[in-house]
Amino acid sequence: MHTLTPQTDLATDVDDVARLLNEDGERVADPELDRWVADVDAEALRSLYRDMTLVRRIDTEGIALQRQGQLGLWAPCQGQEGVQVGTARAFRRDDFVFPSYREIGVQFVRGAKPADFVIAWRGEEHSTYNPYDINTATPQIIIGAQSLHAVGYAMGIQRDGTDQVAAAYFGDGASSQGDVNEAMVFASSFRAPVVFVCTNNQWAISEPVTVQAKFPIAGRAPGFGIPSLRIDGNDVLASLAAMRWATDHARSGKGPAFIEAVTYRMGPHTTSDDPTRYRDKEEVERWRRRDPIARVEALLRSQNEFGDDFQADVAADADRLGAAVRGAALGAVSRQPIGVFDHVYEEPHTGLAEQREHFAAYLAGFEPNAEAGR
Amino acid sequence: MTQLTMAKAINEGLRRAMADDDKVLVMGEDIGKLGGVFRITDGLLDEFGAKRVVDTPLAEAGIMGTAVGLAFRGYRPVVEIQFDGFVYPAFDQIVCQVAKLHYRTRGNVKMPITIRIPWAGGVGAAEHHSESPEAYFVHTSGLRVVAVSNPQDAYVMLRQAIASDDPVVFFEPKRLYHSKGEVDLGADLADAPPMGLARIAREGNDVTLLTYGAQVATAMDAATAAEDDGISIEVIDLRSISPVDYRTVTASVRKTGRVVVTHEAAREAGVGAELIASITEKCFHYLEAAPVRVTGHDIPYPPAKLEKHHLPDLDRILDGVDRVLDRPNSLSGVVDQ
Ligand SMILES: Cc1ncc(C[n+]2csc(CCOP(=O)(O)OP(=O)(O)O)c2C)c(N)n1
Repeated sequence: MHTLTPQTDLATDVDDVARLLNEDGERVADPELDRWVADVDAEALRSLYRDMTLVRRIDTEGIALQRQGQLGLWAPCQGQEGVQVGTARAFRRDDFVFPSYREIGVQFVRGAKPADFVIAWRGEEHSTYNPYDINTATPQIIIGAQSLHAVGYAMGIQRDGTDQVAAAYFGDGASSQGDVNEAMVFASSFRAPVVFVCTNNQWAISEPVTVQAKFPIAGRAPGFGIPSLRIDGNDVLASLAAMRWATDHARSGKGPAFIEAVTYRMGPHTTSDDPTRYRDKEEVERWRRRDPIARVEALLRSQNEFGDDFQADVAADADRLGAAVRGAALGAVSRQPIGVFDHVYEEPHTGLAEQREHFAAYLAGFEPNAEAGR
Repeated sequence: MTQLTMAKAINEGLRRAMADDDKVLVMGEDIGKLGGVFRITDGLLDEFGAKRVVDTPLAEAGIMGTAVGLAFRGYRPVVEIQFDGFVYPAFDQIVCQVAKLHYRTRGNVKMPITIRIPWAGGVGAAEHHSESPEAYFVHTSGLRVVAVSNPQDAYVMLRQAIASDDPVVFFEPKRLYHSKGEVDLGADLADAPPMGLARIAREGNDVTLLTYGAQVATAMDAATAAEDDGISIEVIDLRSISPVDYRTVTASVRKTGRVVVTHEAAREAGVGAELIASITEKCFHYLEAAPVRVTGHDIPYPPAKLEKHHLPDLDRILDGVDRVLDRPNSLSGVVDQ
């Protein structure tokens, strides 16, 4: 018999992962990953720490702003800073990234500005930044759709003959979607220079990963002909190393690569969610001990590389960024009502033009002196 | 001018668009060596190579979603959906991504994607091969939706669709693929009537008959037949069903005062319903009779042997004409029409 059978049920084994920093922040060796971070010295580690801390601050600020009624919704990323910052740091500026709504850290590393994190959740715009300014697509809400966009973009890179890569981020829930699976078929069949990052944070709203998978999600990619790595997503160093491997693989013409980052969403799915209904405190506590930021801090401290000055400096940075994010939300100015008609089409559409004209006439009735003008 | 089938005209349109702009690429199932199941892409692989004529995996969402990514990268993908009934798996990517990305990004990301759909019935096909899904797309802001009725329009409008920076759903009546007509292959896009403009296919004074796609030919036959009864029908080929050229439509309705709309698609919430609602808003005081729809029934597309009872034919159109003219008709005496 020529059967390919999964040997064990590993989907829930969160320790069957590649890592470079253990829970206590001790550097452990990994024969595959080590070489990709040989250059990462204390200075580089500190900068990873800084980015993760800043991302956590954006997240804290976002939740607070939502609670205060300033944002309609917020999708927290606490606990996922390691995978987000670590993987995003591996890209070149001219690579193109397609994130989901939770990739705050990816957007931050790509160069998003304070307002970019809050204006969409506030409901002022669907998207704030111009995707081409930071080579990062507008965060995707349709689960898994962006995985195909990344593959298509990568097919474009191929046709242009450049050595950029495209990347898509999606969750464990998304791995069940047809789009994600179709994306892997396309990527593999065309050897597209694309990297898939499945952020397995254990939950898709209230559904545990076991509803989506009975075998590690990284195990699927080889079935499509795509090499994959399953890493500890709370290990920023492993995340950076894995992504350097993956982008190098794609960049050098070997086709797509896949990373499953095993991590945990510490907060609710969004601010509308009530995780106490479906998960227990012990689980959350277990993951709290794996905090990606604390790990790096512990490593740096063990090397006498985490000084008070540095800590104070990062804290001040975080305060400044938090204030800027808050200021962007509080200072947001809604567009004029007629603006809802903007950019539906690139070229004039007579039907919409008429509707716009009628709405403009209606709005004009509210203007001062409208009566007198009649 | 050259005599060409519509299939060949579309083929020539693709060839010309690809030759004019190397960012144009075609993608779909079987479109390479086979030339597509209707041979519309015949010869393109040899001429432009596999980088621009892409035989894709069998995955409609995949085709559409990767086209989105290619558009992100500055390409102008022309996607072939093998048959009308197979566009549904791609629906999410079309309505949520293709149609909305330009809006979501405030115009920063363009989606110049053309979605070609061999469309509608009358060819005795198997299940899921004769659907008329146009209303779904007309209802989606951000898309342009056109339907061609002759080889010349097919050639020119396809090139216009590809050149447009907006996404265009391009319906090709497969019933007409083998019908011939004059095509000006040298046509310059700059001189062509805009894609959104309707065409008065036949002038008349008593009734305005609105339609698009393969139904235009049936409507023309109905108009010729009506002439024997002394009824003068103005037939309008809408060509574009989003946007609709209401300037042409209302001018005609104001002249005739009577409207019949005919399409193959089901009636409920169909394009006919939209047309009549808009005409009623715009021309209420000119109407001499309640407008009438002559459409496919509100049923799943029937088996091939029964499709002739579903497709509005010449007699059903004339019956509709009789209704707006208050002449004896199939519903005479039926209360609660
Ligand atoms: C196509 C689609 N179906 C359902 C939803 C509603 N929804 C939003 S997030 C979510 C869970 C996604 O889980 P996962 O992919 O694991 O990502 P995570 O939010 O955990 O990062 C669902 C069901 C959606 N946005 N899109």
